[in-house]
Amino acid sequence: MNKSSKKTAVPRTPWPTGRYMAAPYLLWSAAFILIPLAMIFYYGLTDKSGAFTLENVLSIGTPQHAKALLIALLLSLVSTLICLLLAYPLAMILARRGISQHSFIVLLFILPMWMNFLLRTLAWQTLLEKTGVINSVLSFLGLPALNIINTPAAIILGMVYNFLPFMVLPLYNALTKIDGNVVNAAHDLGANGVQTFFRVIFPLSLPGVISGITMVFVPALTTFVISNLLGGSKILLIGNVIEQEFTQASNWHLGSGLSIVLMAFILVNMLLTAIFDKNGEGTSL
Amino acid sequence: MIKTTAQKIYTALIFIFLYAPIATLIVLSFNASKTRAKWGGFTVKWYAALFDNADIMQALYNTLAIALLSAIFATLIGTVAALSIQGMKKRSRAILISITNIPMLNAEIVTGISLMLLFLTVGARFGFGTILLSHITFNIPYVILSVMPRLKQLNPSVYEAALDLGASPWRAFFKVVFPELLPGVLSGFLMAFTMSLDDFIITHFTKGPGVDTLSTKIYTEVKKGIKPEMYALSTLIFVTVLVLLLLVNKAPRPKEKQTLQGTKKGTAK
Repeated sequence: MNKSSKKTAVPRTPWPTGRYMAAPYLLWSAAFILIPLAMIFYYGLTDKSGAFTLENVLSIGTPQHAKALLIALLLSLVSTLICLLLAYPLAMILARRGISQHSFIVLLFILPMWMNFLLRTLAWQTLLEKTGVINSVLSFLGLPALNIINTPAAIILGMVYNFLPFMVLPLYNALTKIDGNVVNAAHDLGANGVQTFFRVIFPLSLPGVISGITMVFVPALTTFVISNLLGGSKILLIGNVIEQEFTQASNWHLGSGLSIVLMAFILVNMLLTAIFDKNGEGTSL
Repeated sequence: MIKTTAQKIYTALIFIFLYAPIATLIVLSFNASKTRAKWGGFTVKWYAALFDNADIMQALYNTLAIALLSAIFATLIGTVAALSIQGMKKRSRAILISITNIPMLNAEIVTGISLMLLFLTVGARFGFGTILLSHITFNIPYVILSVMPRLKQLNPSVYEAALDLGASPWRAFFKVVFPELLPGVLSGFLMAFTMSLDDFIITHFTKGPGVDTLSTKIYTEVKKGIKPEMYALSTLIFVTVLVLLLLVNKAPRPKEKQTLQGTKKGTAK
């Protein structure tokens, strides 16, 4: 939906929509989205006796928690960057194939989701192990072995593997929307390939880039599963710390406090998205 | 020429990267050795053993039941929500769309623990019901975001024309408007079903002891070693879906299917 149509016709539905029609959804989102979120803030900002405290939130400053947050930030930023660099050329190649194959291409990226995400991530253990598939191939080719299982590199690989489709699809959608005439015009006006890319194609694909970055960065920053499965549970990310507070330590106050910190990062990310992607086109992939 | 070859190689490499673990799992499902570290010869015994494993069958039942029920409820609530959002004034519309975006943009772990806190506070019994409520919650946005684009494309005149020709509002809605929305509703339903099926994180926080979906069952098996039956089951699910999708794609297409293809691009996640 573009801006002009938003202004000229506030979309009035022709069918009778009383306010009651929105009621089920309003009730549902109040009960299961808004109140639960408010509870995180309540628990995060109180101690066990129910008194207000900032201690839970500020505990992010303790060496152990700060380290978990920093590692998570570092690994998720690196994976987001790798996803962007891998996905952009792919999205450009796919976008050139034309609109007729659109649904097929989307399907290729969604299909893996029908095999359980934990099993798919675990399969990388089999592939990466010292005597695993990849090392067998490498040694057959006479190349040095790759020993990245249970290291941060394996976690990055797991993140890139799991979230790459979330980068490719918004980029692909943004790129297919670019009018070919604009690109041709740039060429006619004497721009070379590189200039056309940086002055025309890339700026026009920006909503897709921003949306892709959000969709990769948030799950990567907050994961506890990938680090558990591929990091040999030695490397704790902020997601692991929060998960343990809830499932093992049963310290909901501390877990909620750390979640508030996590949400601050997500919020910054959402604001950036809102600024760059005013039409909301990217978020719906 | 060199350029297109390079492009083909690049695309192929990415797809090998995406599908290598899937191939690995399929190979492991035929591995006679119980450990995944070594190849013990070809066997189909895990496929037979699968159906005798009551735990796995129960987890499969829970997974499918939750996916189906949550997708149905999310589709009903989400479609009605999309219809009402479309009729709203700009301001309330913006608020509702922002609320819809919360579960999409928030981290799954935060959504999971927020629901866990809610259920703990109201003293709900953790189990099938809490998982189902949570899945409906995170599935509704997918339906709304699938139906909204169809609503925007809709020409209001056709509905008015139906009324002018003497149809009642309900009849006009179901005969004229709803068929136009159907592709969006269907793709929202499929998206919801898929997301529910693949979810682990939110289920992890909202499940109770003794109730497992396939995801949570696999997670508890990680330390002891995954049972080979699990590889067999996931291979079966994957192949079933693949065959179904190929059939749908190859079948001669009625008009409706084509429009479904056309809208998928905007909605699929």
